[in-house]
Amino acid sequence: MIWQFDIIILIFLVIAAIISLRLKDLLGASMVFGIYSFLICLLWAEMGAVDVAFTEAAVGAGVSTVIMIATVFSTKRRSKD
Amino acid sequence: MDPIIATFIEENIVPNFNYWIYVILMMIGLYAMITKNNLIKKLIGMAIFQTAIILFYVSVGVKDAANIPIISHHGSEHHQMTDLSSETDSTKEIHNTIDKDKYANPLPHVLMLTAIVVGVSTLGLALAISQKIYKSFGTLEEDEILNKLRPGGHD
Repeated sequence: MIWQFDIIILIFLVIAAIISLRLKDLLGASMVFGIYSFLICLLWAEMGAVDVAFTEAAVGAGVSTVIMIATVFSTKRRSKD
Repeated sequence: MDPIIATFIEENIVPNFNYWIYVILMMIGLYAMITKNNLIKKLIGMAIFQTAIILFYVSVGVKDAANIPIISHHGSEHHQMTDLSSETDSTKEIHNTIDKDKYANPLPHVLMLTAIVVGVSTLGLALAISQKIYKSFGTLEEDEILNKLRPGGHD
């Protein structure tokens, strides 16, 4: 575990979480949530959990972002909050 | 900086930074699940909550200067270490096994692998239900749905 890398990724993680919850555009929120998932995948790889990292990259960042964007396109794109 | 704050940061925040961020992310997710009005925003909060809990469990398995839990060569260097030192046979056997301090603990990783898959299936089901809600109510905002569900509400 490299602690400098760890702290940088964790700070970006909190920033990405806050941005994805504050955006009023749901497509943008989904994209920022994909960034969040890839950052947390990087964090697993850095902490030595490689199996969790590639599962998160394939399933968490890939599939969940795709189904979220598909839902946004079949429903409304704007959000009130 | 104030020396008391500096020692607090040095002793509590830096060594346990993963746990501090785990608590912050979990509270961000909980806040979003409670206060956000849009259903997709609530689901993003739920996913953040889940990854925060996975972050806690993976942080438990981390060791200082530990490698990934994959054994590339079994035991050859440990044999040489025990040959040089004069030890009894019982301690030699212990040293011939794998040195667990060199590898991260894989048990929480395997448990959290299941949690990731369960989280994605939960998210997929919830998004499917949101699509059905949008088809029958025409909106994803929680207050408008509740307004239409009331007896005097207009649908």
